[in-house]
Amino acid sequence: MKGIYENYMKLEFASKSNNEAFARIAVAAFASQLDPSIEELADIKTAVSEAVTNCIIHGYEEKDGIVKIECMILANTISIEISDTGKGIEDIETAKEPLYTSKPDLERSGMGFTIMESFMDEMKVESVLGLGTKVTMKKMIKKEAKEESTYV
Amino acid sequence: MNATYNKEDKLLILEITEEIDHHTTEKIRRKADYEIERFSPKRTIFDFNKVTFMDSAGIGMLIGRYKLVTMLGGTMEMVHVKPSIMKIFEMCGIPKIIKVG
Repeated sequence: MKGIYENYMKLEFASKSNNEAFARIAVAAFASQLDPSIEELADIKTAVSEAVTNCIIHGYEEKDGIVKIECMILANTISIEISDTGKGIEDIETAKEPLYTSKPDLERSGMGFTIMESFMDEMKVESVLGLGTKVTMKKMIKKEAKEESTYV
Repeated sequence: MNATYNKEDKLLILEITEEIDHHTTEKIRRKADYEIERFSPKRTIFDFNKVTFMDSAGIGMLIGRYKLVTMLGGTMEMVHVKPSIMKIFEMCGIPKIIKVG
């Protein structure tokens, strides 16, 4: 992750499903320095959980691999980059469609990308077949609303 | 997850006690299916009181259980759902299919 930032962190872990909770809690802890609302924090946790699960189920197809997360804070915005070096996505536009899943046998909802897109302010997917996938998400933490509520 | 069955009302209450993600759904799915198949309840309630987190893995799991419950002639509903989880249910159109409260 390149660019100007005020704070930065990088996390690498094995593509095991029990790391999904670890990943979203770690990112939420990093994001908490922006003083997000409970709702904003829940949005971030859900989006991270979706992206990490995609790396594990689709990128590595539940085999060994490393999931990488990089987070950057600039002003009141957190950028989160989640990547794998797995199989990659053939058709990103199809994968992003609501209810689309490449693994219907697994009782997957096909709502992962839709949730990431609507819970975060920005979402970008980059993928190369055979090389891996990178999801970049941004969320601006709104200050004004909270200051108002403290006066109530 | 805790299961309580009321024989008289043919009511099965499944209280989910963990965060719901891809990792935990496998265990919840197995236990829920076991209880549903064992009792073939008229009414199945998933109690979300203790659930503080759920991602889309939960949606897939719940739709799967809904199919099983209705196939056996019963009804299903979710109760005590927190706003952050309700947001996901609404986004996925769940309240149109399954009763959520």
